[in-house]
Amino acid sequence: MRPFTYERATSVAAAAKAAASVQGARFIAGGTNLLDLMKLQIETPTHLVDVNHLGLDRIEKTDDGGLRIGALVRNTDLAADKAVRRDYAVLSRALLAGASGQLRNKATTGGNLLQRTRCPYFYDTRMPCNKRQPGSGCGAMQGMSRSLAILGVSDACIAQHPSDMAVAMRLLDAQVDTMGADGVARSIPIADFHLLPGDTPHRETALKAGEIITSVTLPKPIGGTHVYRKVRDRASYAFALVSVAAVFGKDGSARFAFGGIGAKPWRTPEADAAAKQGAKAVAEAALTGARTTHHNDFKTLLVERTLTSIYRQRETRA
Amino acid sequence: MSSDHLTRRGLLQGSAVLAAAAPTLSANATTPRTIGANAMMPVELTVNGREVHLQLDPRTSLLDALREHLHLTGTKKGCDHGQCGACTVIVEGRRINSCLTLAVMHDSEAVTTIEGLGTPDKLHPMQKAFIVHDGYQCGYCTPGQICSAVSVLEEIKAGIPSHVTDDLDEVAISEAELRERMSGNICRCAAYPNIVAAMRDVAGEAKA
Repeated sequence: MRPFTYERATSVAAAAKAAASVQGARFIAGGTNLLDLMKLQIETPTHLVDVNHLGLDRIEKTDDGGLRIGALVRNTDLAADKAVRRDYAVLSRALLAGASGQLRNKATTGGNLLQRTRCPYFYDTRMPCNKRQPGSGCGAMQGMSRSLAILGVSDACIAQHPSDMAVAMRLLDAQVDTMGADGVARSIPIADFHLLPGDTPHRETALKAGEIITSVTLPKPIGGTHVYRKVRDRASYAFALVSVAAVFGKDGSARFAFGGIGAKPWRTPEADAAAKQGAKAVAEAALTGARTTHHNDFKTLLVERTLTSIYRQRETRA
Repeated sequence: MSSDHLTRRGLLQGSAVLAAAAPTLSANATTPRTIGANAMMPVELTVNGREVHLQLDPRTSLLDALREHLHLTGTKKGCDHGQCGACTVIVEGRRINSCLTLAVMHDSEAVTTIEGLGTPDKLHPMQKAFIVHDGYQCGYCTPGQICSAVSVLEEIKAGIPSHVTDDLDEVAISEAELRERMSGNICRCAAYPNIVAAMRDVAGEAKA
């Protein structure tokens, strides 16, 4: 690990200011992803601003019936929260499908949104990677790309977004609330929060230097049947090859979001519109524009089969 | 084990004393000092009920603080990347991977390690159950397994659901629940069935 200085922030404004004023500064919350990357010298911050003691760990109702989740709420606490279990079960399910018990006890809501890709070429510092080292090339496209993305990819990068939680947040139309180094607060729709790689895969979110996530706000509950289905190489504690978050209405309408296949948590209005036509139609709509490699072309069929499985289970439970 | 045996822990403590006596050697084996390295930072922890004061390079993981600075070598370093669970300890009542957190982040917090759960003369019920049910072979992952197992039973008691919980509001002990919740602790010897048996025993669901 490269040397760094450390400070414990005492207010949100001070944290944002500190992070913006020191070049190479990073916030640290749970640290489960950042420290992993620091040990490999993929992340080399010069200064860490510890945001664990800012009181951002509350879950509260908003005036319009939604839910405001503090950025420092741990994954375990968010998944177990009574209101989340009752009104946003897809979020509980997505969180519980991710990582391990130990990691969920530490990982935070804000940090999870900022989780970096698990592309093996991003992790291997001997290999080229446009995300890790802009302009160095991509080792993945001609390499082992089995786990990588098929949607939203570019000529520069095919890294997948690894989060389960963010897929459910995308499905639920969450807003990411932030404060900038200038003290100005804003809300970013989650659809705009994660950026597609394009020519600049090292730019991953809409956050500006020093801007800190303070909370994630969910709109009022939409009811329906909540499902999160994750397909992976082992039964637990593995990243998704494909995951599907869905909420079904009583009339057969539904909305879908996908993990494991996109450069960012994936959602298209066309897939939602195809809900009543069944799994195959939804898969086809969701996969429009998919760009596969020799190693990951199985994912298109896996998306369809995962949807089929969800539809069949709905029939048997109906 | 009787105290006159030469133990690994005793050996490590002995060599730590030697290292401290030789001023040219770094006292921190895993985060060597480099040019431009940071100033040491004071960190106060309550470890197994005992208050300790340390001066640490901010890079020091909680795991290295426990092993290299406090010589509590029961907690093990496996992958050092949060993938194996050998480093699991209980901080402020919750199990975490001590390798993926900085000691400075836990200033003024309480840590329980395997040494704090029980002693050779007075084992924690989970330690006893691991022996009775043969929940280990080589033993390297065992301290992490036991810290995790103790926490898992508390998490179930607290109603925290898991990936295999059918109804999120009805959390109960089952083989599937224990296996899912222990998935962050890898055992190279594959003692998994016996670990589950030990946990069921402690939970009052005795199973031969």
